[in-house]
Amino acid sequence: MALLEVKNLNLELNGKKILNNLNFEIWKGYVHAIMGTNGAGKSTLANTIMGLSGYENISGDILFKGKSLKTKTISERARDGITLGWQEPARYEGLKIEDFLNASAKRKNTEELKKALSTVGIKPEDHLNRAVDKTLSGGERKKIELASILLMEPEIAFLDEPDSGIDIESISRIFEVVKILKEKGTTVVFITHSLAVLSRADHAFLMCKGQIVDKGDRQKIKNYFKEECIECEIKDPEVKKEEKRTDER
Amino acid sequence: MKDNEIKKSLFKYVKDMHAMENDPRSAKLTIHGNKVISGNSVKGLTVESDEKEQGVDIKLELADNTKIEKPVLLCFGVIPENGIQKINLDVVIGKNSEISLKAHCVFPNAVDVQHIMNAEITLRDNAKYKYFERHIHSPEGGINVIPKAAINIGKNAVFSTEFELIEGRVGNMDIEYITYVDDYGTADMSARVAGSENDKLKISETSFLKGKYSKAALTTKIAVRDKAKADVYNKIVAEGDYSRGHVDCKEIIKDIAEANAVPIVGVKNSTAHVTHEASIGSVDKKQLETLMARGLSEENASDLIIRGMLSQT
Repeated sequence: MALLEVKNLNLELNGKKILNNLNFEIWKGYVHAIMGTNGAGKSTLANTIMGLSGYENISGDILFKGKSLKTKTISERARDGITLGWQEPARYEGLKIEDFLNASAKRKNTEELKKALSTVGIKPEDHLNRAVDKTLSGGERKKIELASILLMEPEIAFLDEPDSGIDIESISRIFEVVKILKEKGTTVVFITHSLAVLSRADHAFLMCKGQIVDKGDRQKIKNYFKEECIECEIKDPEVKKEEKRTDER
Repeated sequence: MKDNEIKKSLFKYVKDMHAMENDPRSAKLTIHGNKVISGNSVKGLTVESDEKEQGVDIKLELADNTKIEKPVLLCFGVIPENGIQKINLDVVIGKNSEISLKAHCVFPNAVDVQHIMNAEITLRDNAKYKYFERHIHSPEGGINVIPKAAINIGKNAVFSTEFELIEGRVGNMDIEYITYVDDYGTADMSARVAGSENDKLKISETSFLKGKYSKAALTTKIAVRDKAKADVYNKIVAEGDYSRGHVDCKEIIKDIAEANAVPIVGVKNSTAHVTHEASIGSVDKKQLETLMARGLSEENASDLIIRGMLSQT
């Protein structure tokens, strides 16, 4: 059975259709990627699945382990086992990293927090008492957010642009953490336009103009993305395909 | 109540005081209502108290060229449900001297209590004065807190004060501090207060940057919920050459609470520069939703964010 099913999902924002009759399934135990260019609707989709405010007015349904999420709050979805890592994590004036991590942790003990920080490449002794504020770099906040997801032990984690703001050295560390999440039983869904991130997924969806236009193994999606989407950018892939066929004729 | 019982009741809320009670190296003063319960001083520091019908006069004087190693501990309070405490504080910190004070104001049962403080503080040249004041109030909110202070900061002297009221109800509070800063002097004032139910709080902090290269930073962090109301008036007037000031006010409101921030910045010298920032609003949506996406309820997430903001010094 699919862990998460999206059925005929539609969402309009400011009179514009952002998610357009989406249908797909996320299978448990895999690392998935939802791939697409800017404006494809990827982040909107993740925000909608998480139930963030402004993204509630949907038609269609999202089922998690067979049950509808439609009436559930963000907290309830999280307690069911769904979470989201933001492209640009929030800053918290004065809130200590220790308290931030404890808020997520399934097992609330300092050793677990330290271990999670070390795993993401943050020195616990230097950071536990620091605040999750503007004194941290974007990359550090990203790693701390990932540590909070590790500690939460969710069933499914949507990671929005996991490599954005991360230096090249740290990217491999992020992928190591994803591997650990997978080993612990978390299904990971990358929201990305990066081929480097796509290369770490087991399975991928290609999204364009609020629709899933293709799915399959990462190589297939990579080829499609490289050949069609990067060039097309804002054009509908179906239109692009038709144009190509016309050219070939 | 006997003095020992009062001390025991007050020190229950003041761990430092309890731990240092018998340490002669640490200066201390305990006042309950308008009565001095205990006190001792250290070399170089003169502490005189005079109980009067309408309050207690305290004179605290630090000799020139004296550094007090351990913080001076002050414990003021009223243990019963009703009472009045009025303290007139006269502080003089000598040239090149340094002192740190930690004051705890304890009103854990207040139903109808008044705590009034009038302070005059003088920092001679090169003096350093650090004052931390924590209030512990009852959950009933039956208290009026009215501290007023006028502070003269000498050449190259540093004055820093931190006010915290995050346990118990505010009741009615009206803080008014005014600093006058001489050449190269610094005034750094911060307040952190959480109000609820029908609490009313007013914070008015002013710095006159009189001297050249004088500096001031006024930081206020407020969280109000229910029907509480907060008014913050922060003012910096820069007159001295190359004087610098910054006003920072952040207020978070919930429910039908009300918050107002009135920053006033005035510059009377073309080489001076003063900035201000103020934000009032509900808890940031992204902060809230991140914590909710980890499983916290909206209420718990919001409390954690507010606690974080108020814990920042």
